[in-house]
Amino acid sequence: MAVGKEIKEQITSVKSTQKITSAMEKVAVSKMRRAQMRMQQSRPYADKIRDVIGHLANATSEYRHRYLQDRDVKRVGYIVVSSDRGLCGGLNNNLFKRLSQQAKDWQGKGVEVEYCAIGSKASLFFNSFGGKVVASQSQLGDAPELASLIGAVKVMLEAFDEGRIDRLYIIYNRFVNTMTQSPEAVQLLPLKAEKDETLKHHWDYIYEPDAKEILEGLLVRYVESQVYQGVVENNACEQAARMLAMKNATDNAGSMITELNLLYNKARQAAITQEISEIVGGAAAV
Amino acid sequence: MAMTVHCDIVSAEENLFSGLVERVIASGTLGDLGIEPGHAALLSPLKPGPVRIVKQGGEEEIVYVSGGYLEVQPNSVSILADTAVRAKDIDEAAALEAKKHAEQAIENQGADFDYSRALTQLAEAAAQLRTIQQIREKLGKH
Repeated sequence: MAVGKEIKEQITSVKSTQKITSAMEKVAVSKMRRAQMRMQQSRPYADKIRDVIGHLANATSEYRHRYLQDRDVKRVGYIVVSSDRGLCGGLNNNLFKRLSQQAKDWQGKGVEVEYCAIGSKASLFFNSFGGKVVASQSQLGDAPELASLIGAVKVMLEAFDEGRIDRLYIIYNRFVNTMTQSPEAVQLLPLKAEKDETLKHHWDYIYEPDAKEILEGLLVRYVESQVYQGVVENNACEQAARMLAMKNATDNAGSMITELNLLYNKARQAAITQEISEIVGGAAAV
Repeated sequence: MAMTVHCDIVSAEENLFSGLVERVIASGTLGDLGIEPGHAALLSPLKPGPVRIVKQGGEEEIVYVSGGYLEVQPNSVSILADTAVRAKDIDEAAALEAKKHAEQAIENQGADFDYSRALTQLAEAAAQLRTIQQIREKLGKH
């Protein structure tokens, strides 16, 4: 029947879109589980390092590492963690909104800001937003490796060493639960050494070869692990947000199909009614 | 039964080992280290290489680490393992790579055109135009 051909076509196209979105939703669900697992697995390392650094900072109080010293803030650095792909709701946009707000605050105080963009969405954002991007890294994949972040982090650490930046922040999406992700900025450097009351009694490690060198290495590793943690967490957020966005899209497509079906049936019914009345009219005229 | 101490081997990406051990043998930067329960508190960097663990009961296990740090405390031994072999020049190369990425991203602004952003900007501009037109019409009527 020629009636409602366009509607029929539309229904088919919406249906195929729905198939895609529901497949993407299912993929996101399984990826999110794995991402969450990775997120939990990387925590013990960061906790352990924090313990050791806390102890080192307390034990060797005569030596203050530059990563532990507060300086006057003239310039700050931001490591911006974003996703590589889109179709994940407002995840990246919320993050960038928060970032531009903070950047504006800093600029209001006369503080310059430098960025390190992780994820291709961040690079794209800085293209239009402007700002000095000193390092960028993208295409980390679903299972990010710490090794691929070392370079980007090193650029920022060097900037801190040379005094080009006085504070280093990381901004990423924190995974609250599968429904909620919130952008969060955390200060990486200088480290806020927490005074641990339980470590009052004075004992110290035997250092091989010496405390300064070990502290140096550990601090770098600590910052790296924090960035890695941020990336992994952001990844879990991305999958959760995509899952939600795709679920909504699938639902919307479903209701759209119902509406279109109704429209199609109405059109078909109207065509039949018209045909009958034409036949009846024709018969009466004979 | 032999004395044991709790041992954790963790890397930034995963937990490699956790459990009670009788002895840990690792290669520190200054030489091989054998740690038994009751060892004094110690902190040492590790060279890339195998870490031999003698588990409770005498069973041995070998974990490969690509460098890292060994921490000994009176009641625990932890190894903070690196996930990749670290060397100064390798790190340097990675840093250069990241810088290059950033520069390329800036250069390729035109080529890597962001359509979705352009569309939203177009929509915004169109909306602004409409608003201006409406204001004009309103002013014209008065």
